[in-house]
Amino acid sequence: MRLTLRVWRQKNAGTEGAMSPYEVDGISPDMSFLEMLDVLNEQLILSGEEPVAFDHDCREGICGACSLVINGEAHGPERTTTCQLRMRSFQDGDTLDIEPWRASAFPVIKDLVVDRSAFDRIIQAGGYITAPTGSAPEAHATPVPKPDADFAFEHAECIGCGACVAACPNGAAMLFTSAKVNHLGVLPQGAPERASRVLDMVSQMDEEGFGGCTLTGECATACPKGIPLFSITKMNREFVQAARKGR
Amino acid sequence: MSPYADYATGEPVADTKAPAGPVAERWDTRRFEAKLVNPANRRKHTVIVVGTGLAGGAAGATLAEQGYHVEQFCYQDSPRRAHSIAAQGGINAAKNYRNDGDSVHRLFYDTVKGGDFRARESNVHRLAQISVEIIDQCVAQGVPFAREYGGLLDTRSFGGVQVSRTFYARGQTGQQLLLGAYQALSRQIAAGNVTMHPRTEMLDLIVVDGRARGIVARDLITGTIDTYFADAVVLASGGYGNVFYLSTNAMNSNATAIWRAHRRGAYFANPCFTQIHPTCIPRTGDHQSKLTLMSESLRNDGRIWVPKAKGDTRPPAEIPEDERDYYLERIYPSFGNLVPRDIASRAAKNVCDEGRGVGPGGQGVYLDFADAIARMGRTAVEARYGNLFDMYQRITDEDPYEVPMRIYPAVHYTMGGLWVDYDLATTVPGLFAIGEANFSDHGANRLGASALMQGLADGYFVLPSTINDYLARHPHADEIGADHPVVQEVLAETEDRLHLLLAVDGDRTPDSFHRELGELMWEFCGMARSDAGLRKALERIPQIREEFWRRIKVPGTGEEFNQSLEKANRIVDYLELAELMCLDALHRAESCGGHFREESQTPDGEAAREDDAFSYAAAWEFTGTGEAPTLHKEDLVFEYVHPTQRSYA
Repeated sequence: MRLTLRVWRQKNAGTEGAMSPYEVDGISPDMSFLEMLDVLNEQLILSGEEPVAFDHDCREGICGACSLVINGEAHGPERTTTCQLRMRSFQDGDTLDIEPWRASAFPVIKDLVVDRSAFDRIIQAGGYITAPTGSAPEAHATPVPKPDADFAFEHAECIGCGACVAACPNGAAMLFTSAKVNHLGVLPQGAPERASRVLDMVSQMDEEGFGGCTLTGECATACPKGIPLFSITKMNREFVQAARKGR
Repeated sequence: MSPYADYATGEPVADTKAPAGPVAERWDTRRFEAKLVNPANRRKHTVIVVGTGLAGGAAGATLAEQGYHVEQFCYQDSPRRAHSIAAQGGINAAKNYRNDGDSVHRLFYDTVKGGDFRARESNVHRLAQISVEIIDQCVAQGVPFAREYGGLLDTRSFGGVQVSRTFYARGQTGQQLLLGAYQALSRQIAAGNVTMHPRTEMLDLIVVDGRARGIVARDLITGTIDTYFADAVVLASGGYGNVFYLSTNAMNSNATAIWRAHRRGAYFANPCFTQIHPTCIPRTGDHQSKLTLMSESLRNDGRIWVPKAKGDTRPPAEIPEDERDYYLERIYPSFGNLVPRDIASRAAKNVCDEGRGVGPGGQGVYLDFADAIARMGRTAVEARYGNLFDMYQRITDEDPYEVPMRIYPAVHYTMGGLWVDYDLATTVPGLFAIGEANFSDHGANRLGASALMQGLADGYFVLPSTINDYLARHPHADEIGADHPVVQEVLAETEDRLHLLLAVDGDRTPDSFHRELGELMWEFCGMARSDAGLRKALERIPQIREEFWRRIKVPGTGEEFNQSLEKANRIVDYLELAELMCLDALHRAESCGGHFREESQTPDGEAAREDDAFSYAAAWEFTGTGEAPTLHKEDLVFEYVHPTQRSYA
């Protein structure tokens, strides 16, 4: 396959960026999208140009590092991570626009690499169960109904990639935050901190400069792990209940 | 012969920390004998932890809970992305919830035997004991393990054992356990007990007066190289499988932290013990950047086969039952498709070498779910393996519900690592190594679902107990700072190395060297090794290294975000570590576990161990780049599990 790429190039956080055009040839449909970028980068290095910077690590769809907007869609046309996207999803001769996540809470570091540390700070605000090492009771002491365990798992699958924020017209982080609130909130182990957790996490989310939620639903459509949209409405209910309790 | 292979044998090395007495009591005894640090004084101690995977994340959180100040580092943008996250299958624990005859002793026995009698009994027994506490801890953190309808935890069986002791969270157990550790760590970051340095990579170890006192690390965003000081340094930086270029490791997993520590005096043990995982998706072409594992749990229900005839290119559906060879079931009737990884991998290599491999290039075997689907229905198969089947389909464009999967072995895990004693202390006082970064528990072959167990055992329970003893016995009288001459020297060496990489301005990319080294290692130090092949590799590696320093091209500068520089610097260390791996493989003229020497096999082609000559761990001491290292042997004594030829037939 032969493709025209238009890639966002930006030297660092302090400079303006712009789209730059490149041609790549000999792309196999079996390649992953990132392997296609590897081909481009090998080409660039040999011609004395700086390769395109992008975040990536496990390349099997679980670490959440990769984060590209392809032709306007977070992670591209399939519902998966960029690293799992294969070139067979495109046609020979296509022109592809490749951009970083766009959100004011995710400033660009270089080219396609953004700073997602805001997510870490949301988790630090309350996305955990306080259970210091050694304090745990026997695992079978508290049975968890299977539907609750399955519900927790469904929300715990979030990989923290940030596609939800990139896809949201408001740049909101509601799906990310609600996934953790719901994962921990449904479990008996998470119950004691349930109210403070949702209040603290939502407050940190607001502080980080993420946009407000208008339930557009783009987040859930872009989520490579299928975190459902009702996750947000469920968190909103939790939030109201906790706020009424006043803690 | 390469002068590098002309190594000397030095004084033996021994673990002096495991107490005498019955193996089941040693951990209690050690914890009692270990000195404690007064809770009020812990705040005054700083511990550096490098890495935020299961071992590092768990250790950082736990040390901080105990009151120590922790400086923690990871090269990723967030501690949540460490490669432990990609572990699929599960975590072993001797809970015996199934009442199927499991016990701490059986897990201990299975692990020593599975490791082909090349691990230290005291360490393995402790691992088995702690396994039960890990499950309790993770459940308390909210890890959503699979559960039965009654609300209790579900378990399954896993490669190489005959009991169901593996706890799991669909095919994402590593992710869920890691997020548990990450959340515990996050709590400590918020509390100010852990200072987290993401996107910061350790580039060297600072050793002053024979003790580890800090590290040199580079901020990957600004390029600033800085020094950090502590009372003890813990390496939890993972394994070194990426020496092979193609592996199931994350692209940026690397050996720099442990290799730099080795250069500063930490012995490196059993570097040739690498695990080749039998169930990975075969490579499709030269563009391949990494290999994807399909969980070993698939072997519980899938049947592995190849055509009986060589060069049979018919589609699998057209090959009748009596023309298929279910070779694992045929050769190993009692374990069948569940034999340990090293055995399954080698068997796959053998049938492919015979010309019976399937798929492009004949480098693959079938993993067939037709019987499982007929037996329990598609829905049940989907519930168990749905996410794995989806992943396979996305990568290969084939539907595994209709067509058998194609799999082939790939580098997955490294059992070797920094030599540590029972306290997980390396040979450099004040330097500890935990998780995959050390060599301690898996011998020559790791059993499935044991890596998560070891990482969390080391991080949550072992290190936080043993490090107290070091800190209590060796308080530092002096403060050291960036102006200390030793610190200045280490810093200058690091800066010089990076400057040199940028200055060469040659005509080859970092990846081209990495790929060349990887192919060499896969050919000569992969699934089968021979004297002649290893010598060839030992001759070739210094040549590649010489060419690297002449022709490497790294664009950009060191004072910015520069991924090519990061890569090139890691390859510098792979080019030295690869040489040690080959030498270790050459010197160990026996087959054991994942290390298969062609010269050492039984008449029916199984690995033949040579206990009389090789019942030891090989701990290597660094003497200089390209210079013959010194071998220190740790004799392995087996009081409880008596070495026998492993039999899975």
